[in-house]
Amino acid sequence: MAVALRRAQLEAVALNPDEYRAIVHALGRDPNDLELGMFGALWSEHCAYKTSKALLRQLPTEGPHVLQGPGENAGAVDIGDGLAVVFKIESHNHPSAIEPYQGAATGVGGILRDVFAMGARPAAILDALRFGPLDSGHNRHLFHGVVAGIGGYGNCFGCPTVGGEVYFDAGYADNPIVNAMCVGIVAHDRLRRASADRAGDVVLLVGADTGRDGIHGATFASVEMDERSAERRPAVQVGNPFLEKLLCDACLRLNELAGVTAIQDLGAAGLTSAASELAHRGRRGIDLDVERVSRREQGMTPYDVMLSESQERMLVVVRPDAEAAARQVFDHFELHADRIGTVKAGGRIRVRERGTLVADLPLKALVDGVPLRSPPAAFPDKQPAPVMPAIEEPEAVLLDLIASPNLRSRRPIYRTYDHQVQDNTVFGPGFDAALLRVPGTNRALALTTDGNPWYVALDPYEGTKAAVAEAARNIVCTGARPIAVTNCLNFGNPERPAVFGQLQESVRGLADACRALELPVVSGNVSLYNETSERNIPPTPVIGMVGLLDDLSKRCPAGLQEDGDLVFLLGETREELAGSEYLRLLGAPAEGRPPMVNLEMERRLQAAVLDSITRGVLRCAHDVSDGGLLIALAESALFGGRGLRCPGIVGPVSREALFFGESLGRVIVSVTPRRVPELQRLMANRHIPLQAIGVVGGDDFQVGPDIRVPMDMLRRAWETGF
Amino acid sequence: MKTGIVVFPGTWSDRDCAHAVSEVLGQPARYVDHREDSLDDLELVILPGGFSYGDYLRCGAIARFAPVMEAVTAFANRGGLVLGICNGFQILQEARLLPGALLRNASCEFRCEWVNLRVEQSESAFTLDCRPGQLLRIPISHGEGNFFADPQTLETIEGNGQVVFRYCAPDGRVTNDANPNGSLRNIAGIANARGNVVGMMPHPERACEALLGSVDGLEVFRSAIHALRRVAV
Repeated sequence: MAVALRRAQLEAVALNPDEYRAIVHALGRDPNDLELGMFGALWSEHCAYKTSKALLRQLPTEGPHVLQGPGENAGAVDIGDGLAVVFKIESHNHPSAIEPYQGAATGVGGILRDVFAMGARPAAILDALRFGPLDSGHNRHLFHGVVAGIGGYGNCFGCPTVGGEVYFDAGYADNPIVNAMCVGIVAHDRLRRASADRAGDVVLLVGADTGRDGIHGATFASVEMDERSAERRPAVQVGNPFLEKLLCDACLRLNELAGVTAIQDLGAAGLTSAASELAHRGRRGIDLDVERVSRREQGMTPYDVMLSESQERMLVVVRPDAEAAARQVFDHFELHADRIGTVKAGGRIRVRERGTLVADLPLKALVDGVPLRSPPAAFPDKQPAPVMPAIEEPEAVLLDLIASPNLRSRRPIYRTYDHQVQDNTVFGPGFDAALLRVPGTNRALALTTDGNPWYVALDPYEGTKAAVAEAARNIVCTGARPIAVTNCLNFGNPERPAVFGQLQESVRGLADACRALELPVVSGNVSLYNETSERNIPPTPVIGMVGLLDDLSKRCPAGLQEDGDLVFLLGETREELAGSEYLRLLGAPAEGRPPMVNLEMERRLQAAVLDSITRGVLRCAHDVSDGGLLIALAESALFGGRGLRCPGIVGPVSREALFFGESLGRVIVSVTPRRVPELQRLMANRHIPLQAIGVVGGDDFQVGPDIRVPMDMLRRAWETGF
Repeated sequence: MKTGIVVFPGTWSDRDCAHAVSEVLGQPARYVDHREDSLDDLELVILPGGFSYGDYLRCGAIARFAPVMEAVTAFANRGGLVLGICNGFQILQEARLLPGALLRNASCEFRCEWVNLRVEQSESAFTLDCRPGQLLRIPISHGEGNFFADPQTLETIEGNGQVVFRYCAPDGRVTNDANPNGSLRNIAGIANARGNVVGMMPHPERACEALLGSVDGLEVFRSAIHALRRVAV
């Protein structure tokens, strides 16, 4: 069949004529409709990373503790005591834009499955969210729907939501960002790879029946959105967290059985992707019989079955002699399982319906054969620095800033999430990083997500470096040492040169920062085509990071602890105001150079802070980030419920930059007076500037002669709701 | 104190309760499957929190038909100690082992946060170690914890001293501001008339280690241990 005749069909599966030719070349014939649909799904940007793959090769993915890097359902890193942490972050932006509750809920569901497919018990969820300003009714609808969806799924499933972040910016109107990260824990010898490497094994489909929901969701996630996108609401899946919990418990039980070869979740591109990847990883083939798949409705075609993205389904591959034992597990959890196929020698996927072969494709072409795209990139000229208006009333600015949507307390959001279930949450949401006890040990994991969208918008390279550095700094402030990274790259339409330029620069920044801080990237996800009616989102790389604290007694809180303690600023303040919350509050245009991170100095700072915490010198540590120094000080005071007296903060920069600039590589700490010499020595050893800031105590937050705010007034401003 | 922790499909506080009872308190415990019909080996039965059967109908409405609930009812009627936490409290009400109902939170939102509880009586099996007026800091985590009862029932349980815990301010005053979910008279937990069955919305199993923020939940479990010893003597 000629390419021209199939253009409409190609558009429906978001493939271009070159890709079609590549398919014909690989097959030696034209694909039938089902085969074309399968290619469309697996060759979608979402599944195949065809635009980003070449860039991602720059990322460091190895390290002495890495047990599993990218390419599996999730990454895994050794955390001692024979245990591994398994984690990944993933986007669910497009579905959430159309149907915020279910979009966000199934985003959480999908990432949970990725983690328990690896044999790990999900231990924590984090969410990185971006919305348009809340003065619009539609944005409020998206915001409330997404927050409710995350809570609805995680709370019912029984996995604590311990952290994340949310920013509001006009650039996300109509195209919210919903990234969910899941972290699980597993014994090394139970860590499982989803690889069907034994011909003759039985393929079981477990969990929900298959419906028509989500057909071509992966494709939908790989095209820009327009006014017709709402019509794709049926492409958004509906979540059932109750079923997912049963599925998780069953998979963890299965993981103890001999004869279970592989467990793979069904996510984007449904059965097509799960079956193909399982078999391809194991260098085998797979035969499927769609007739055996239990359905929710009648009249479903093989196309519907193969491309459905119905949630809460897993593929379980077992040796034939282990099927009975596996079925006992499913019966215990009252789960339904269909025997839908067999692992075969040879690298083909064959789909049959009532004995008729309806698809027959080489897995190598289907899974790995997509021609990579390298679209043209453009790099805008650097913008001039913005003109700074001087602050007249710093106290009013402080109160306005701390009440602003991007800085005010996130409690109204996280108190709707169960952040304690499983009894391991030592530091919950709202701090630099969450701290989670590793069950049965004296260790803890520190978890965070970060990504300041304005720094990246001003300079994708510097902004992404900053995100990595900040995530690491957040982890270090708890006393833990950063061990590995996952990332979600949310960008606009890469076919636009400026957007592809952003992606290129951002990945370069990610690679450089991870190399400098010796952090392997073990998993990740790319979400492109975040474009609505020709408007692209600001470039939004989100860094998820995991840290390890070897001794829980060496943890460090973020809030001021004791009256009379002395507060110090570590690090250097520069004349950097571009990209700050302060300028945003003033309504200044987003231009200029964002704060720049010096990775060598960052390393020294983080080492010095960790050293000080380990020696018990610090009573608290808090990263200086969005909002600048005064906001960080105010947060520490609010966290600890204690006042602070700063006689007057001076520095070599303007008062605006000193109070509200967001220079990176800074941490505020408090120490008991007698340990000050030790702190000075530890900082001097690593050449970290240290500046005395104030004394803990009193009922006010006081800075010099100009700012004196009663703590309860500060708290009221901070606790402005959403 | 041989403890049974009932697991319905969708229960998730089972492991936390087991951790508190066996790891923290060093008492023997086992899980009880929802299909079991005998609890003869047990002295204390806990119905933990979670979303039994997804709570897709009404919280606890399906769980109460599970085979194990007949055994729980018989166990309670024999005077066995039964503690329902969160979803477990909802199930005990659905099973008519405790009066009243738990409605959607007045905020219409799920709430997970620390609350202060005032112990109202020290006669129940789960407050024996406390003194009336004692404050406990224990977290809640629920969307449907808004205690409701008709006026007559409310008077009965108040008159009988069946109200075990009320939400209160840090200084012990029972105020509207301290009420996280709209519960009538700030009721957070109640007992049956006999005092051997208690239901509470807060999660004592989450407040058993200083590392996690409070050890006040231990009072609830330790009271049960003492209640059993008292029976034995």
